[in-house]
Amino acid sequence: MFCKCAARASRALRPTHPRCGVLTLPALSDIGSASGTSWSRWTYKRESSNSAWNSKVPQIPTWEPVAENQLPPPTRVSPDLVDKLERLALVDFGSKEGVDCLEKAIRFADQLHDINTDGVEPMDSVLEDRELYLRDDMITEGECAEDLLQLAKHTVEEYFVAPPVFIFNAGNIPLPKREERSSMLKHSEF
Amino acid sequence: KSPETFLFFIMIPYTGEFLSMVGVVGLEVHAQIQSTSKLFSGSHVRFLAPPNSLVSHFDASLPGTLPVLNRRCVEAAVLTGLALNCTINRKSLFDRKHYFYADMPAGYQITQQRVPIAVNGMLVYSHFEGRRRNQVVTKSVKIKQIQLEQDSGKSLHDDEQSQTLIDLNRAGVGLMELVMEPEMCCGEEAAAAVRELQLILQALGTCQANMAEGQLRVDANVSVHRPGEPLGVRTEVKNINSVRHLAKAIDYEIQRQMEVLQSAGKVLNETRAFDSKSGNTIPMRDKEGLQDYRFMPEPNLPPLFVYESKASVPAGVDPAQVVVIDRLSAQLPELPSVKRTRLVETYGILQEHSFTLVNEDGLMDYFENVVQTTKAEPRKVIGWVIKELMGNLNSQNLKVSQSPISPCALAELINLAESGHISSSTAKQVFQEMWKAPEKTVGQIVKEQDLWMINDKEELQKICRRIVDSHPEEVNPNCIKALILASETFITQ
Repeated sequence: MFCKCAARASRALRPTHPRCGVLTLPALSDIGSASGTSWSRWTYKRESSNSAWNSKVPQIPTWEPVAENQLPPPTRVSPDLVDKLERLALVDFGSKEGVDCLEKAIRFADQLHDINTDGVEPMDSVLEDRELYLRDDMITEGECAEDLLQLAKHTVEEYFVAPPVFIFNAGNIPLPKREERSSMLKHSEF
Repeated sequence: KSPETFLFFIMIPYTGEFLSMVGVVGLEVHAQIQSTSKLFSGSHVRFLAPPNSLVSHFDASLPGTLPVLNRRCVEAAVLTGLALNCTINRKSLFDRKHYFYADMPAGYQITQQRVPIAVNGMLVYSHFEGRRRNQVVTKSVKIKQIQLEQDSGKSLHDDEQSQTLIDLNRAGVGLMELVMEPEMCCGEEAAAAVRELQLILQALGTCQANMAEGQLRVDANVSVHRPGEPLGVRTEVKNINSVRHLAKAIDYEIQRQMEVLQSAGKVLNETRAFDSKSGNTIPMRDKEGLQDYRFMPEPNLPPLFVYESKASVPAGVDPAQVVVIDRLSAQLPELPSVKRTRLVETYGILQEHSFTLVNEDGLMDYFENVVQTTKAEPRKVIGWVIKELMGNLNSQNLKVSQSPISPCALAELINLAESGHISSSTAKQVFQEMWKAPEKTVGQIVKEQDLWMINDKEELQKICRRIVDSHPEEVNPNCIKALILASETFITQ
């Protein structure tokens, strides 16, 4: 229900910064809070605004499926790559279904290749039009060792405890063996 | 060992094929930024403190915490970049470097991999060559980039209990990573470059650069090849705790790689640790293949902008809140190389002496103090400072600030020697006495031990006659003449 109301009540959406094409919504306080405000107040606000109705959200769906031949060849995830990913990200693909799911997800993302991005600079942060706030060099935090240590099940004299790491070894937290993993997963939600 | 020694070593026992192999060294330096608080959080930066007491919620990677960049750290990176002739990137970006390690609770480190804050700089350094190590050779190494990144916590390995103890006090401290191009050829060059870098960082105040305390960490990338051919496989050498160890580790590794290739083996692309006891490098990681850090842009930090001058700061932004390059350029102090040139030009001392003066903390001020107080020439003063003063300080492992002889006292002593009241060898003796009894003045010591030079010829002759008379069997007329002449410049007691 809230989504429809917000869409009707929104005023013109215009880019704030020429370089990034980021659209801003007017502050929610201008429109009034969603809950507890009557419909009549919103219609009043909408009629009183003089800006043109210029929503960037299409009025009818414009979804077009992309043809297979326009996509790059499908990516196959080899068992070696699965092992490598499991080690790097400490995730468990579980089974063949997990790998299939991953391959389908990659296929879905392949549609991005169809888009013409000539002359468009990549955006790597939605915050790119904001000024990065720089803090003064002052001590404002810390001295909460007790609070932090009580979050850990096992501590030794104000140190956190981790499994042993041989200095001349990888240092990665080793994955439990496959048999151990399935018993661990039984108790998890996934 | 100079670069020539390596070629020399190889020439002797081995065939001509390996005559021209040389070492190639590139350094990666992590310098801990000297700031009050950490890079992205407000916890205190301090070397010794109770475990986990200097840790904020963000440093412990508790969910819901966000990084807030410390302006002082950005300024430190820009100052260092300016001192090393880098181009400062007006816009730089932050990234996440993912790997799992117990002392990095987030599972990733925030760094600047794509667009760092400074690029394309140069470090100019000098080292001594020649048989007597007094020929100064100036070299330079290109600095690929300087980037801001987070430090990790500390792991204490408890093998007995089969556990690792984690202290996060250091987690989140700001680091400047300086990546140098592989343009050096041996341990000595690397050591000289790092020493110069230490002096520069200390002069700027951006890093205290004490390797023993971990404020400056150096990893060396070492490979060997024949000049003109493509670079060989490189190994990374870690766990180096001093500049001396750095030179040793690099030289050992170059030697080891050459021997591997000579016996038709292959150099593995691996990480090795330096063992200071044996002077060897030992393989560190097991056969895992290359680490894949899965870099991704840091979503919680917008791009970092630094501005050319106050005029280029956009409207609506407080200039005091942002980093302005002009303002920082104006704050740059006199760098070590400039100091040395100034000392040589002002006082006419040798280049190698200017190095000693600048390398030793407080020595330059001491020297200049003495020169201003004494009538003697700076070239005479430098001898006193470098031989007598530094000799004593080094043998007792003292710093210049701990010297029992003040610049004024030394100036007084030098004046006495210059004016002929005491001979130069007496002066050295008096120096040692002053060292032992700093509460006494120069005058007091000379008087107490009756060290005044006797210039009266008659008196000298009387003394000589007395000595000769007491040893009649050893008398030789020519000796007497020589003795009288000599005694006019020697001490008598």
